[in-house]
Amino acid sequence: MKTFRIGGVHPAENKLSAGKAIETLALPKQAVFPLSQHIGAPATAIVKKGDVVKVGTKIAEAGGFVSAAIFSSVSGKVNKVDSIIDASGYRKPAIFIDVDGDEWEETIDRSTTLVKECNLKPEEIVAKIKNAGVVGMGGACFPTHVKLSPPPGCKAECVIINAVECEPYLTADHRLMLEKADEILVGVSILMKAVNVTKGYIGIENNKPDAIKLMTEKAAQYPNIEIVPLKVKYPQGGEKQLIDAVIARQVPAPPAIPINVGAVVQNVGTAYAVYEAVQKNKPLFERVVTVTGKSVKNPSNFLTRMGTPMSQLIEAAGGMPEDTGKVIGGGPMMGKALLNTEVPICKGSSGVLLMNDKEASRAAESPCIRCAKCVSVCPMGLEPFLLATLSAKQDWERVEKEDVMSCIECGSCQFTCPSHRYLLDYIRLGKGTVGGIIRARNAKK
Amino acid sequence: MNLILVAVISLGAIGLIAAVILYVASKKFAVYEDPRIAQVAEVLPQANCGGCGFPGCNGFAAACVKAADAGSLEGKLCPAGGTPAMEKIAAILGMEAVASEPKIAVVRCNGSCENRPRTAQYDGAKSCAIAHATSGGETGCAFGCLGCGDCVAACKFDAIRMNPETGLPEVDEEKCTACGACAKACPRRIIEIRPKGKNNRRMVVMCVNKDKGAVANKACKASCIGCGKCVKVCPFEAITLENNLAYIDPAKCKSCRKCEPECPKGAIHAINFPPRKPKAEAPADAAKPAAPKAAPAPKAPEAPKTEAPKAEA
Repeated sequence: MKTFRIGGVHPAENKLSAGKAIETLALPKQAVFPLSQHIGAPATAIVKKGDVVKVGTKIAEAGGFVSAAIFSSVSGKVNKVDSIIDASGYRKPAIFIDVDGDEWEETIDRSTTLVKECNLKPEEIVAKIKNAGVVGMGGACFPTHVKLSPPPGCKAECVIINAVECEPYLTADHRLMLEKADEILVGVSILMKAVNVTKGYIGIENNKPDAIKLMTEKAAQYPNIEIVPLKVKYPQGGEKQLIDAVIARQVPAPPAIPINVGAVVQNVGTAYAVYEAVQKNKPLFERVVTVTGKSVKNPSNFLTRMGTPMSQLIEAAGGMPEDTGKVIGGGPMMGKALLNTEVPICKGSSGVLLMNDKEASRAAESPCIRCAKCVSVCPMGLEPFLLATLSAKQDWERVEKEDVMSCIECGSCQFTCPSHRYLLDYIRLGKGTVGGIIRARNAKK
Repeated sequence: MNLILVAVISLGAIGLIAAVILYVASKKFAVYEDPRIAQVAEVLPQANCGGCGFPGCNGFAAACVKAADAGSLEGKLCPAGGTPAMEKIAAILGMEAVASEPKIAVVRCNGSCENRPRTAQYDGAKSCAIAHATSGGETGCAFGCLGCGDCVAACKFDAIRMNPETGLPEVDEEKCTACGACAKACPRRIIEIRPKGKNNRRMVVMCVNKDKGAVANKACKASCIGCGKCVKVCPFEAITLENNLAYIDPAKCKSCRKCEPECPKGAIHAINFPPRKPKAEAPADAAKPAAPKAAPAPKAPEAPKTEAPKAEA
């Protein structure tokens, strides 16, 4: 069975909510939409206090090419355009909407019938995706229309769908495949049409045999789409790792991107969002979110409207357990600890993980014993111990030379370190600083 | 015997040839260095702190000599050596010493443990730069001191220390040279290099919180809420209010102390002033003659909450 070549770790899977069907979560009382929920320029609010909006009304316009529009997930009145404390504790601008009823825009097709036919031209598909505010649903939130517009000189050769879900605990993509397989496959064929390729792959790790079986059966009608079962290994969901695993090509170091080796990678959730956007005129305003944790009473997968506070999801899953040590937005490997649970669900929120005290506590750091485990698990072939040390010494020139920008921040090094060193903390600092230096240098040119 | 002779002669010859080459090279490729640069460098503290803005003490010495040749030492200041060092340099270069205002680092945050209740716990690497990039910090104030001590690590003069009681750094006025290393190291730009002021007395707004009043008020007992009372009371227009934050311009401030009692949050500190006459009731935390900063309250060590790439227990 296929997998990527170098590095990788095997965290315990803990897919507690894999057997739970997707439930629709009740509407929140107030929905909050941060204007920056994607990579790139923040969106610009186009509503003001007192405006009445419906479900699917555009409330913020994309702030540039690498940006995405934001749509209301609820109907009601705009309460204010103010700031909200985001997951990291800093204030970010956001739109607050008081919910009143559930009235949808008429243009949205709310029927559940499968629409297979798509006679649009590639440009029209990309435009429709752009107008629906679709971004990568795996967590990085890169605007999808940008990925579907290859830079000049690059030609896409295949579309790879990321259905790996390598993060422990998370099951949102798994459930989506089991319940919306047909829609996903239509979405994949639309994506293939958008970039004008004839080959599509869906990579699924083999800890989801039911999904592999179902998708393989359904994909029989699509001769160009191949389901690729993959050996379980973290971080297989990383774009570059997935390309290596599926078509055995390696993306060179930045600034090279996957399209340089002919691959367009999209998350399976994105494929579903693309189906809804193109075939049902439904902009991106809801998604499947896993709420899970060892002490959680009822780990679940919820179809959640964007803007719903995480606290409401936690309540719906049986409330916050007493021994909660950390609340993580996303999975345990790459997710971010939340400073408060009133943070709204955004386009990239794949899960809410309630870690218990034991899981959440970080062991004390001890000196590096030069075992080089971090080097052997790094999926990008970097030397994490060196990057961390150089970052701590603030030797940015060498940090850059040692290719810190290639780091995908998967956390495998820190996970495997027997001395519990703060490797990723320092590497992130180095990556952030060097990124700033490079941007300043390019701006000068 | 013969063998020894051959060895001595051949080695001697090689040595002679090498000496000639070296002599010629040293004359031909000689680089003239102004001897005054070495003299000036000698009177500098040799801490290479970079506070002058030049790469190390030798770099500053070269810059001084160049400036002297151009006619004036204006704008050149070794913050570590201060006026005495600059006077010596001026004497060496035969110039007038340009008087400079002595400065000092001021930590503009009074968010001690008591003033700023903890709302989260940070358990990442003990570095302000990382804590700042990761999260808003352990408290509701996303502008205040993170307490990981990057400023302490940056100080070459042992002039800044963490006070475990308050969890805030404190500047030792005797040792501080105002080189600015701590101000540069602070990711939140809390530390400001300000003029020491007349008689070493100065008025400072001990807060950098730019949040709206209600938010800042909730986050910290000693925060500036941008009410503007100090701006109104100042007779010298030395106080400006921008982004919900008051700032006292040291160039305009005449240390009249009118703003201090006006601040409803006690965010304006009068440093090194004698205690007020007993007319008004005890000015408690405002002025402590000796202490560089008046910052009450106990605080435990660090730790807000952070992202955690730690899968599974």
